[in-house]
Parts: sequence; C-alpha cells; structure tokens
Amino acid sequence: MTDSALAERRAAAVARGEAPYLVVDQVSKTFGTVMALERVSLTVEAGEFVSFLGPSGCGKTTLLRAIAGLDPATSGRISQAGRDITALPPAARDFGIVFQSYALFPNLTVAENIAYGLRGPSWPKPRRAQRVEELLSLVGLAEHIRKYPAQLSGGQQQRVALARALANEPGLLLLDEPLSALDAIVRLHLRQEIRALQRRLGVTTIMVTHDQEEAMGVSDRVVVMSRGHIAQIGRPEEIYRNPANPFVAGFVGRSAHFTARVDTPPGMLQAEDDGCRIEADAARGMLYGNRVEVFIRPEDVRLSRADAGGAGSFAVTVSHLEFLGSVCRLTLEAGTHRRLEADLAPDAAQALGATPGAKLAAAVPPARVLVFPADA
Amino acid sequence: MPEAPLGGAAALPSPVRPRAALDALLLRGGLWVAAAVLAVGLVLPLATLLLRAFEDQAGQFVGLANFAAYVTTPALLGAAWNSAWTAALTTLVVVPTAFLYAYALTRSCMPLKGLFRAIMLIPVLAPSLLPALALIYLFGNQGMLRGLLMGESIYGPIGIVIAQCFYCFPHAAIILAVALSTTDARLYEAAEALRAGRLRIFATVTLPGARYGLVSAAVVVFTLVVTDFGIPKVIGGQFPVLATDVYKQVVGLQDFNMGAVVGIVLLLPAVGAFLLDRWAQGKRAATLSGRAVAYVPRPRRGRDLPLLGLCLGVAAVLVGILAIAVWGSLIRFWPYTLSLTLDNYDFARFDATGWDSLLVSVRMAALAALLGSVLVFCTAWLLERGTPPSRLGGAVRFAATLPLAVPGLVLGLAFILFFNHPANPLGFVYGTLAILVLNCVVHFYTVAHLTAVTAIRQLDPEFEAVSASLKVPAWVTFGRVTVPICLPAILDIAVYLFVNTMTTVSAVIFLYGPDTKPASVAVVHMDEAGQASAAAAMAVCILGVTLSAKLLQVATGGLVERATQRWRRRV
Repeated sequence: MTDSALAERRAAAVARGEAPYLVVDQVSKTFGTVMALERVSLTVEAGEFVSFLGPSGCGKTTLLRAIAGLDPATSGRISQAGRDITALPPAARDFGIVFQSYALFPNLTVAENIAYGLRGPSWPKPRRAQRVEELLSLVGLAEHIRKYPAQLSGGQQQRVALARALANEPGLLLLDEPLSALDAIVRLHLRQEIRALQRRLGVTTIMVTHDQEEAMGVSDRVVVMSRGHIAQIGRPEEIYRNPANPFVAGFVGRSAHFTARVDTPPGMLQAEDDGCRIEADAARGMLYGNRVEVFIRPEDVRLSRADAGGAGSFAVTVSHLEFLGSVCRLTLEAGTHRRLEADLAPDAAQALGATPGAKLAAAVPPARVLVFPADA
Repeated sequence: MPEAPLGGAAALPSPVRPRAALDALLLRGGLWVAAAVLAVGLVLPLATLLLRAFEDQAGQFVGLANFAAYVTTPALLGAAWNSAWTAALTTLVVVPTAFLYAYALTRSCMPLKGLFRAIMLIPVLAPSLLPALALIYLFGNQGMLRGLLMGESIYGPIGIVIAQCFYCFPHAAIILAVALSTTDARLYEAAEALRAGRLRIFATVTLPGARYGLVSAAVVVFTLVVTDFGIPKVIGGQFPVLATDVYKQVVGLQDFNMGAVVGIVLLLPAVGAFLLDRWAQGKRAATLSGRAVAYVPRPRRGRDLPLLGLCLGVAAVLVGILAIAVWGSLIRFWPYTLSLTLDNYDFARFDATGWDSLLVSVRMAALAALLGSVLVFCTAWLLERGTPPSRLGGAVRFAATLPLAVPGLVLGLAFILFFNHPANPLGFVYGTLAILVLNCVVHFYTVAHLTAVTAIRQLDPEFEAVSASLKVPAWVTFGRVTVPICLPAILDIAVYLFVNTMTTVSAVIFLYGPDTKPASVAVVHMDEAGQASAAAAMAVCILGVTLSAKLLQVATGGLVERATQRWRRRV
C-alpha cells in the first residue's frame, strides 16, 4: 500500500515538473565477464532531447537497450515517470523505438507498418485509419500509404519507422543511430526534421549516435560516454567549450593535443617534447612541475604575419592547406615536431599569404587553452 | 551471479531480476517442447544404442567384449573395408564429374542450362533402389548388356559403385554449383587486369574459391555411400558392407548387441565426415563478403562446346537409367517377352500389402512434411529470435545439427532398442505410423533446420524488439511477418521432408508394423522375393509421387509468390 502510494506521489511530482521524467541510477550491465556499463547515472527532464554520444563500444547502445528493456540492466535502477521500470519486460514499458536498420516489416505496407501497434478494442478500424493518416501527414508521406518499404527511399523508410514508433503516443522516444544509414544531405535534413517534430510533440527523446555534429546540432543536452562510463553530461556548448576531461576534449571537436608541465610564472606551461612555452589561464591554480594534457582548438589559433607577432606568439610554418568552402584549415608546424591546426576564413588566409611553406606567427588566447592534469 | 566488487570499488547496487512477460514464458515452454521431441526422437535412442553395445544378450555389462568380438571376426572387418573402398571409388568418380557439370551450369554459356539443372535433380526424387534395379535389368543374370562386363558379375562392388554414382551425383553437383556460383567477379577482373592466362586463373581463382565446396561434396558423397542401405541390399549380392551387416545382425541373427556395435562403427565415418564438413562450411562462409559482385560468364566456344558435350553425356546416363527402370517395370517377362503390360503394377500379386504400402508411404511423408516443417521452423525461430540465448537453446541447437551425422540405419536401430525396451512407457508406438513419422522427421532434421535458420537470419534482428515496443506479442509478429516472409523456405522444407520420407529405406526398415509397411520397404521385399519387375514398378510409383510433389511445388510457387512475396518487387 505504501509502495503504491509512494509511486503515485512520485508520478505526481513528475507531472508537476518537480522530478525528472527518466532517472537512471547506478545502472550496470555485464555480458559474461565484460562490463559494458559501470554504474551509470543520469536524469532526463520531460520533453528534453538528449543524445548519447561516444565511440563504438562505449556502451551507449547498451544503455539505450537497458532503458528499453531489450537487454535489461544487471544492476541499478531505472524509473520513468515515477515508475520503477528496471525489471519490466519491454512490452510493459512506455516507449517507441527507431533502429538504425529501421526494422520495417517488409511484407506490410506503409499503413500496415504504422498501424502495427494499434490493436485491440481501443483501436476500432476507423480510428486506426484516421491515426495512420494523421501520422503520415505528420511525417509528410501521405501519398505513399499503399507502398511497401522496399519501394521507398532510405529517408522515407526512416520517416515511416518514426511514425510507427510515435503511433501509440509513447512517453519516451528512443532513436538508435537513426540517421547513420543515410547519405550526408538527407541526414542533415532529416535530423532537423526529427528535432522540429520532437519540439512540436513535446515527446521526451533519447538518441544514440557516434556523430558529434549530429548530437551537438539537435540535442538539449549531450551525454558523452566512454568505455561504459559517462564522461560528461552537458549542453552542447558546455561540452565543447568546457570539456570535463581529456577524453571529452579529444573526442568532441578537433584539437591539437600535447603533454606539458606547469612552469613559472603561474599560468605558464612548457611542452614536454620541445620545451615550447605557452600561457594558459586554466593552469594558474596548478602546482609547479605537474604534468598536464593540453588541447588547442583550430578556431582558437590566431595567426599573423611572422614579423607582426606580439608577446606570447610563436613561429609556425604552414605545411598543408585544406580549402573547405566557408573555411580554410591550415596545418601548421611549430618547432620541430609540434603540429597545430588553425581555421581561417579563406579571405583572411589569402591576406596572410598562408600557402604551404609560408612562415607565420601564431598565438592562442590564454583563456582558450584547455588544460587537464595528466593521470600519474 | 558473481557480483564481486571490481577493482576494489564499493559493492554494486543489488542485482536486477528481470521480470519475464507471459509471452516470454510461453515461448520458453515451446522450446521445451522442441527439446522433448529431440530427446525422445534422437538423444535417448542414441544413448540406448551406445549402452547396448556394451552389454551382452542378457543385458549384463560386458565392457568392450562386443567390440573385441567384432575386431576378431574377419567377415565383419572385411565389410568395413569394403564400405570404405567402394565409397572412396565412388567419390573419385562422382566429384570430378559433378564439378565439371556444375562448372558448366554456373560458368559457361552453354544452352539448356535450366533443363540440365532439372535433370540433375532426378536421382534425388527416386529411391536409391531404382538405379540398382535398372542396372540389374541391364547387366544382371538376364541383362541385355551383360557381355560388356566380360564375365564379371554386376552383383557386387561394380553394381554398387555404378548405382551409387547415379544416386550421389545430384548431392555433389548441388553443393558444387552453389560453391561455384558464389565467387566474386571482381577477383576475375583483377586476375585479367594482371594478365593471368585462363589456366592460371582457373588454378589460382576458380579452384581455391571452390575448394571448400569440393571438400564438402567429397565428404557428403563418401558418407552417403557408406551409410546407404538400399543399393547394397539390392545389388550387393554376396559382397558384405557395413550397412547390410547391421541389417543382417539385427533382422537375420537377432543379435542386437552386435548390431549396435556395427552401428557405432557405421557412425564413426559419418561423425568424422560431419565434423570435416562443418569445418569446410565455416571456412567457406568466410570467403564471401557481402559486397561481392556476381560473376556473369561470356560465351566462348572452346569451353562451352566440350562442357555441353559432357552435360549431354551425364544427362543421357541419368535419364537412361531412369528410363530403363520405367521400361523394365512395364515389360511382361524380362528379357524374353518384351511386350508391354501393367501387370507388374498389380502389386497385390507380389506382396501382401499391395498398393496399400504406397498409401502408407504417402500418408507418412505427408505427415512428416506437415508436422516436421512446423516443428523445424518454429524451433529454428525460437532459437534464433523467440527466446533469449540460454543453455537449453544451446542444447537444442546442438541436437538439431546432430542427425546429419547419424546414418538412417543407425537411427532406426536406436529406435527399436529404445522403444522396444520393456521399461519404456512409449513402447506402444512401435510399429505405428507415429514412430515412422518421428523417425523420418528426426533423420532429415538437420538440413531442414539449416534451411530455416538461413531464412530467419535474413530477417532484421530487431523485428521482435520493435513489436515488443509496440506491445505486440512476439507470436503475432511471427504469424504476421516472419512466416509470410519465409513461406518459400518453409515450402522447401516441407517438400524436402516429403521427398526424403517417400524414398528412404534405411531409416524405416526396422520400424514398420504389419499395417504400416512403406513402399520403399515393399520394393526391398519384392526384390528379395525375386520379383524385380514389381520392385521396379513400385520404385517408379514412388518416383511418380515425389515428382508430382516437386512439380506441384513449382506450379504453386508462383501463387505463393504472388500471395506473400509481392513486397519484394521494387516498383
């Protein structure tokens, strides 16, 4: 009796927006002796769009499948809308899912696929047909209702899978690498569409992806994962600007990476390999002589003519130039074996005379240098 | 569950015990049913057989005494040697011929490929007794071409090897045609771009690509010959082989213990061959990537014409042997009165069961096809998709691949020993149609199982997950999606079970009762009684039934396709 009363109170708290919609608490998952997830905890607010981002094998799909109940967690607790769902079979939970392969039923038409979960007495035929039409117009496929999946393009199949997952109005939408089977242009277009649809319906959504641009582009918050742990949770710009650890700094966005030691005066670093000195605000509070990992983003490298470099600048040689349209990416050699990348507007690159072989001066604003204590 | 803290960390939160949904429990129950059928129809009988080999007639444990008696009986050892060398000789003849035939079908531009492919399959539809009977017509004591043997008798190794070649040819040719048709065309383009000559390409691309197919084909032919019972029974004369020895020990001498010993000896090459074939299959699967480009041959007279000649020759022999059997069954009194008659088809004159045995066979085959394909397909789906991986699933999976390594005669013998055991409550099924059907389904289980598994593995692995998320029970998806998509494969399984149950002798010869004598056993009996023409007539009837079943499958294939496979078309 008290249990159910407690559950009711929790559900009411979620409904008032006081408690998170989804709570993952200390969840672990082992396959045999392999630990795929180790004590992972996170919360997702109602209506939020959260991405699980990480390299393959980091446990992001395992976590998604634990939330769905497809591969139940080995230990820990997961609750959704105040209800403990950790041990429930998938059919007793409340979610819709879209897989990378879409898993559309090939022998059923688009309409039959979407109506697949609309069974039972609460879905008489007319109501079902109406719902299917509603969903098809929602994803913009109204004219394809009689077709079979094989007769649709990849992007269209994706939308059918999305409509099918949303048919029952689930409280939680799970997307398992939903875009990775599509080509680049369709992908960009569809991810914006998914995000717009999610905003319109207000459905809490979790997307698994290994594509950081995708995760950053659509998510309210990103969960960066590595080797079964959560490396960082934050808004996209937090993750990019203030990575919590070297893994996130190296994984999200591009950067040049090297190890250094804290030097004097405070805030000065000296690279371990060639002794190059660089100033970093983040190193001010660190003890002299400590080893640190340093990351420098390409857009933070300020370039000027070799003779115009101010204090704190160092000499670099352009070794390679990549023209990417809106931006030029320069590869720079500093000293004997330091390699940096710098992003520059094409016009600015031309004005500097940045061609392979050119000598320039580079500087990095101390506030922008990312510094982390190196592990032992 | 070992939940020891890792790396000195604090103890983990309490483990989760996933609650299973009702449908998950029911599906697991289904797996138990499959496990029970395979236990009663395969594992327990084989275990009984193994035990009996170590007991004397009175049921006392005697250790290896039976085996010692076997090894010291020269006649029995001689039979093993006879089995081995006739099988090796057949393999040496069949595999190269089948390779060239398959090569012609897959890598040449000769005309009539479809026809040659169809003719190649004829021996599969006929009982193995049929070529033996045809050879007796040609070369037997009253044979028309007896002179060609130059005084040798067809009753013995010569007849066995020729008849086995006919019987085994399609099995080798099918395997090799598959192996040759799955080669990547890009390898040939690369070889040509590197200016390799035709012979060099054949030696460095074609043969290596097909080498595991060649191993499989050789292994299959060798096993088929060693374990076949019908051919040596009919044409072996006084030439003893393992398969006829088992029969002689059991039916002639009623020595079940020695029968069990010979059965185990017969099991050895079959198990060895099975393991070798598994190894070759594993290797072969790894050679073909998903992105391979299909090879399309270009016409070249120097290759196409000789291959066409070879195929015509082989096809003529296959059709010829079949035609001789049909013709012989219509002859009044071979070879003296060659006028045609249907008298030989009045089976009641030759065998007490008359036409009934054919009816028994059809009923038995229809039941095996119906129940067998349901059992096989449902079990394969439960293993692949319906239930999470478990130890029970692993055991069922192993049991499903085992029958391929068990010769029919050994399985039949194991059935008698198990079901006839006084303590067995299932003893009442002995001699009924039920035991015959169970025996046949189990005997031909593996190939059917592998067909089902292959078909199911082509489906998206997330179908069941999607339906669970939509709150649709797994069996609804099984009925609405899995079965309709796999219907062609299910029909293949049903026809395979039907045809093999119709034609098998070895699996059922120990098990029939007075009212349940199958047609294939009637053929053996009529031949034993010296009624070769009637035996041939009954064999032709069996062929007629299996051929009709196959043609019916081809004819209805279009309908099934239209009804369930419409979605495969892209526009």
